[in-house]
Amino acid sequence: MVELTVIDLALAASLVLLLALVSLRLQSNISQQLLIAAVRTAVQLTLIGLVLKVIFESASLGWVTLLSVAMLLIAGREVMARQERRFKGWWGYAAGTFSMFLSSFAVTVFALIVILGEDPWYTPQYAIPLLGMLLGNTMNGIAIALDRLTHAAWEQRQIIEARLMLGERWDEAIADYRQQAIRSGMIPIINAMAAAGIVSLPGMMTGQILAGAPPVEAVKYQILIMFLIAAGTGLGTLAAVTIGSKRLFDERQRLCLDRLRHP
Amino acid sequence: MSKAPPLLEIKQLRRLMVGPVTLDVDVGDCLCISGPSGSGKSLLLRSIADLDPHEGSARLNGKPATDILPHIWRVQVGMLPPESAWWLPRVRDHFRNGIVVPLERIGLQDTIMEQPVMRLSSGEKQRLALIRLLSNRPRVLLLDEPTANLDPENTLRVEAVITEYRRAHKAAVIWVSHDKAQVERVANRHYEISHGELVSQTIPGQQWLS
Repeated sequence: MVELTVIDLALAASLVLLLALVSLRLQSNISQQLLIAAVRTAVQLTLIGLVLKVIFESASLGWVTLLSVAMLLIAGREVMARQERRFKGWWGYAAGTFSMFLSSFAVTVFALIVILGEDPWYTPQYAIPLLGMLLGNTMNGIAIALDRLTHAAWEQRQIIEARLMLGERWDEAIADYRQQAIRSGMIPIINAMAAAGIVSLPGMMTGQILAGAPPVEAVKYQILIMFLIAAGTGLGTLAAVTIGSKRLFDERQRLCLDRLRHP
Repeated sequence: MSKAPPLLEIKQLRRLMVGPVTLDVDVGDCLCISGPSGSGKSLLLRSIADLDPHEGSARLNGKPATDILPHIWRVQVGMLPPESAWWLPRVRDHFRNGIVVPLERIGLQDTIMEQPVMRLSSGEKQRLALIRLLSNRPRVLLLDEPTANLDPENTLRVEAVITEYRRAHKAAVIWVSHDKAQVERVANRHYEISHGELVSQTIPGQQWLS
């Protein structure tokens, strides 16, 4: 494996700097955002590298749990921020975060104990990256699905209420939009699985190969990850859409759009 | 023997600027409500159909609304919104319970059932929405301007169909209408909504009704 030096990274950074200069010349106002994002990448990843170093050395369940919970809460905030018409109050945060907890944690723990079988099962070198991969992807699925669901409820309220007026139960009246929301939450991972290896080499596999792992080993890990992500995203999306659509109606099965925030 | 309870009994209903509304509706009643737009007529109907949260209580045949599952309540107290909604491709797909009124009675042909919803005119949609609602066999009809988009001839047809349904099914009707002549034709009770409350009005041509 080629060890990277600070100079190597500086060379890569100069490419980003060059891009920023060019876009500045073209009167594009993207250069500032670009530079800030680049600096954030460097700082955030350096910090998490240091955190991981400490946690890998201590290998205690307490630290692993603490970091996992922190990751979950940050991902939950991200899901909430990405929704235009999220639920008011703590529901806006809880619906997504709870679904992510349910899916990502369950799938990660399953993979660690049943599939990988390291001793101890929470060995941070496996647990943290796995959980990170799962959270990152379920986060996308859940955010898209919830956004789609609340949007549909808002925009199709006339149809949903017409169906209620004709005597449909709440779950019948929202069924079409629930299906659409689940579908749109899962399409990205389905597409990623379908295109894997043909159109794109997935990032994790590329990383492993660059780091010197034999390609076939890297492929096996990538397949494992893809399946775990699919399961996690699917579970999380189902949970979030189920919780969300229930929350759209009250105990008398009325459509409660006042539970959604205005964008 | 005590008197049978009214078909629909509403007590102290309040919703935003509407209310308090207390109202007994008996079998065979056709009750018209008029009032300027924004006075809360639609809100009142929506609350009776239990689509909006509200204060107060409602009973159907003496049974409290809270003892009736909401989707059953909305079948029995069926509301026709001012604008009909259609969500499946063909007209027929929306009629799961068949049709109780022959379509020719409202000036439509049976072939319309096979048409895509996209090709319907607003007047056709409005009449079909009424037929769709009637096929649920509601006991109380809440009609929010059911003839707003119709020409005079079809307006009379719709009025006749509603009156006939009310008689044949021992139903009652609460009808929001702006048209004084229509109120005279169909109603046996007339209310004006004013500051959220229902104010009883006399109907000039009422004597023909009995």
